[in-house]
Amino acid sequence: MIRDLALQGSEMLLVLLLSPLLTGFVRKVKARLLRRQGPPLLQPYRDLARLLRKDVVLAQNASWLFRAIPYIVFACTWVAASLVPTFSGGLLFSWSADLIAIIALIGSARFFQALAGLDVGTAFGGIGSSREVMIASLAEPAMLMIVFTLALIAGSTQLSTMAAFMSSSEVGLRVSLGLGLIALVMVAIAENARIPVDNPATHLELTMVHEAMVLEYSGRHLALIELSSFLKLLLYVSLIGCLFVPWGTATPDADARELLFGAGFYVGKLAVAGFLLAVFETSIAKMRVFRVPEFLGAALMLALLATLLRFVSGSF
Amino acid sequence: MHGLQFDVAHLLAGSLVLVSFVMLYQDRLYALLNVYALHALVLALSVAWQAFIQQAPHLYVTAAIALVFKAIVIPVVLHRIIVKLGIHREIETVVSVGLTMLGGIALVALSMVVMLRVTAGADPLAREDLAFALSVVLMGLLVMVTRRNAVGQVVGFMSLENGLVLAATGAKGMPLVVEISVAFSVLIAFIVIGIFLFRIRERFDTVDMQALDRFRGERR
Amino acid sequence: MTVVYALYGVAALLALAPIAVFLGAAPRASSIIYGACLIIASGLGANALLALFGHADASGVTLPLGLPWLGSHLRIDPLAAFFLVVVNLGGAMASLFALGYGRHEETPQRVLPFYPAYLAGMNLVVLSADAFTFLVSWEFMSLTSWALVIAHHRDRENLRAGYVYLLMASFGTLALLLAFGLLAGSNGNYAFDSIRAAHPSAGLAALVLILVLVGTGSKAGVVPLHAWLPLAHPAAPSHVSALMSGVMTKVAVYGFIRIVFDLLGAPDWWWSILVLAVGGITAVMGVLYALMQNDLKRVLAYSTIENIGIIFAALGLALAFKAEGLFLAAALALTAGLFHVFNHSLFKSLLFFGAGAVLNATGERDMDHLGGLIHRMPKTAFVFLVGCAAISALPPLNGFVSEWLTFQAILLSPQLPSWGLKLMIPTVGALLALSAALAGACFVRAFGISFLGRPRTPAAASAHETDGLSLAAMFVLAVLCLIAGIVPGFFIDALAPVTQAVIGVNMPHQAGVQWLSIVPIAESRSSYNGLLVFVFVFLSGSIGAFAIHRFASDKSRRGPAWDCGYPDPSSITQYTASSFAQPIRRVFGTTVFRAREIGEMPPPGGMGPARLTVQVHDLIWEGLYVPIADLVGIAAERLNVLQFLTIRRYLSLVFAALILLLLVLAIWQ
Repeated sequence: MIRDLALQGSEMLLVLLLSPLLTGFVRKVKARLLRRQGPPLLQPYRDLARLLRKDVVLAQNASWLFRAIPYIVFACTWVAASLVPTFSGGLLFSWSADLIAIIALIGSARFFQALAGLDVGTAFGGIGSSREVMIASLAEPAMLMIVFTLALIAGSTQLSTMAAFMSSSEVGLRVSLGLGLIALVMVAIAENARIPVDNPATHLELTMVHEAMVLEYSGRHLALIELSSFLKLLLYVSLIGCLFVPWGTATPDADARELLFGAGFYVGKLAVAGFLLAVFETSIAKMRVFRVPEFLGAALMLALLATLLRFVSGSF
Repeated sequence: MHGLQFDVAHLLAGSLVLVSFVMLYQDRLYALLNVYALHALVLALSVAWQAFIQQAPHLYVTAAIALVFKAIVIPVVLHRIIVKLGIHREIETVVSVGLTMLGGIALVALSMVVMLRVTAGADPLAREDLAFALSVVLMGLLVMVTRRNAVGQVVGFMSLENGLVLAATGAKGMPLVVEISVAFSVLIAFIVIGIFLFRIRERFDTVDMQALDRFRGERR
Repeated sequence: MTVVYALYGVAALLALAPIAVFLGAAPRASSIIYGACLIIASGLGANALLALFGHADASGVTLPLGLPWLGSHLRIDPLAAFFLVVVNLGGAMASLFALGYGRHEETPQRVLPFYPAYLAGMNLVVLSADAFTFLVSWEFMSLTSWALVIAHHRDRENLRAGYVYLLMASFGTLALLLAFGLLAGSNGNYAFDSIRAAHPSAGLAALVLILVLVGTGSKAGVVPLHAWLPLAHPAAPSHVSALMSGVMTKVAVYGFIRIVFDLLGAPDWWWSILVLAVGGITAVMGVLYALMQNDLKRVLAYSTIENIGIIFAALGLALAFKAEGLFLAAALALTAGLFHVFNHSLFKSLLFFGAGAVLNATGERDMDHLGGLIHRMPKTAFVFLVGCAAISALPPLNGFVSEWLTFQAILLSPQLPSWGLKLMIPTVGALLALSAALAGACFVRAFGISFLGRPRTPAAASAHETDGLSLAAMFVLAVLCLIAGIVPGFFIDALAPVTQAVIGVNMPHQAGVQWLSIVPIAESRSSYNGLLVFVFVFLSGSIGAFAIHRFASDKSRRGPAWDCGYPDPSSITQYTASSFAQPIRRVFGTTVFRAREIGEMPPPGGMGPARLTVQVHDLIWEGLYVPIADLVGIAAERLNVLQFLTIRRYLSLVFAALILLLLVLAIWQ
């Protein structure tokens, strides 16, 4: 019991501490691919520390909701990220929220984030929020259909059970899994506001979605929002890792040495994923805003096809 | 038959369906040609795997024909035709991409239902591969129906033929003679279409089907 | 005994109606009537809760009213008990809200007499145990709500809304009349008991299903029979809108469940395909319509349509499982649907009360004339936010639990052998997921444009907070939303007697599961613990806030909005409701509504304004209702000739009719 609690607690701290490093790594690799030096690996930590120290400047008509939303977004994202297996399967509280609940927690964070964009009453916030809900209206159903596909293969919606099933030998090379993986990668790109859906480094209003919603935030509020987006990236990478690249995850009853190995494998998976993401972002251009629904519509169709195939026959 | 071989065969057939979907999504000519080359490559891999598990060496020849001809020669030739004709590089689709993809899913569902009901007693691997092959054929037809540009329609026709080859190899024992004759007839059709495209372009300065439709009544 | 108490309560409500007429426009009239309704509805609700928890008597009461050889059968069984709880909870909350809100009513004598009668009618529909009582109460409920819809009769829109409502309600009742006629057969066995005992043939049962779907579906707001709902629900006073959306639609769902699940016997497999298709399409169309509206109450009315679609989809799943003999899965699907019935009545009432409060405070219903209300009405904004979060299915509130249960039922359905279901159910699952995501977008828009931002009109800038009683009603509903989300196990156990009565099995007992989780099927498969999720989120947020305020900085100051360096003092440059919906309108509305944006720019050097016109077509209205109305008009024109015949012609018409009837009598044995 104590061991399980310690494991869950260390998992929560690990995601919190590792997420800025992942984003820093992606930025560094992107810069190197563009033949720049790029910011140091630990720069996101320094950014967060700097933001936390500063005063918050609020607009004259910002409400109490505006001040509360960064904490709500952070809490929802952190709880969701803590429930995704990283270096070890079998988290203590994984039975309290299955994958559908984790997706819905991310959805809550997005709901409040969109409200924050509308709070101050500027046109930028409106742009960000309206585009964000349009993207969400297609990304969320696609994600749910992926969850259905995985649940129909693994026999459960619990993430720990799914991860355990995927790392066992019962799963074969299934068509629906392949379709689900492609759809999941597309949805993950859209949800994390990465190129080609949104540019995380832009400050031009015509190209903003996520940045426009958080334009009015400053100081510790902005630090929390940034940390939440780091956590969300880590969550999606861990999700893809534990479901589709499950080798190396420690089993729930492992000893300290296996846990350490598991942690090492996990950091390795993060590095590979970060590298691939950076290469992908550097090689293609950002899509026009109204091409994004076609992109996500394709993801929804692929996920729906995967679910249909699972319904039709057990061997797909 | 079950186990890894089954799964890899399914995976390759499913990838062919996936590449057909990607073909529905494209709206630029060069990208469409590249996706068609990928389509033919996946077909070659799938046929080669079938040759491996059925222990039918003549299917390796089919795979080689698919690889050389359809994945390399035909896209290169079409590319040069496009350059020579100076065809405008963007395809206008008749309906939006979203609706086309919805139609694609409906076609896959339809072929699943038809194939799996009609062949209720047959070998499971063959049935499901046949269902995938029918989906590829139907989606090739959908590509032909929803493109305005003649080259787009040709690519749809070729991907339809790929689906037929997948179906034939899945049902065990397609003799080489059939494959050669099918490939030959496609080649002939291809050459004829190419000649026609040149003549049409010479005469009317465009190969856009909608523009060409306007000339149909002029013989009066 | 519970049914007798219920009848006393209904009689008391009916007695209030003439008292209200007598009191007229007296100053304390509304307080007296609404206070009495509150007390009686609470009593009826407590009585129904007692009946639900096992003290229901299987025998009913037969009153010597109605048809002479039949009498009037009334009974409370578990299904009726659950719906009585829903009806009376909604009624009590609406009465509590109206104690505060009703003070602002200009013509109380047009509202007060019909309100208790409306509550009585809804109770009677659920209590009835024979077809005649059911239909009479159904019509009574429709007529009293019609009177309430046209209460503010000076507005031409309300009169038109009442007219369409009356037409659709009559149409629905006609369908139900035909259905009951078919069920009762030529012997006239109208009592539910005898209908249950008679087993209709497959063809007859199919016809009855379609008629019942049309009849109850039009009252519930199923697409394409929904056209009256977004006209009528906003036209009524706000507490009545809450009752119509939150409660009357559920009474229609009760009618559907009673007839299809209870009276029709064993279902055919293809019935579920029809119900699933109807549910899925209704869900998506409802929320897409909601996103195109600028009127806050109309948004809420269309959102009701969406939620009814979700409920019907869950009921369709239950039918599919029941037809196949998978009773445990059917119990899960039915529980999901009934739980959503309860949840929706809670948060839809809450949202309509909020809209009523806003209407009272500002006089505006159009979202484009609101804004910044969170500063002027902070408490109303808070409870409205809870309602918006609940209806968008955000954990740990109650909307998420019913959605989660529905998805778990969908995941059980690959066992169904029918091909049609194998293709229909994943599609319906995708449609439900799509409607849930769009509902989130819709309520971000509704809350964000109305309450956040800057005030767009002076009316919004000078709004005042709602009075205490109305706030109390909203607050109670918000707390109930939270409780239903945190400890759903108790509610699922409360629904067990209902599924036991309707399907024959009930879901596994939830109260014993550790830590108050819910485990709908088996622990290895899925579980959810709303309480733990709530505690985790609350703790993480608090720890974060505490740590940051303690160890980092907690200072803040105010300044002008950053706005990328171009702050604009005018409040019309912020996003409007229509502009917020523009991306979604462009993605989905181009096909579904033929939405077009036409921009007209003045020529260079011209002094005229640029104009942006957004055209949205309601294709169902234009494609279905308008042609039918035209047809009726043409037929009426032709038949008008009959008004101008000579006496000889009239006599020959009568003669011909008589001969025809005698011929029929002669031929038909």
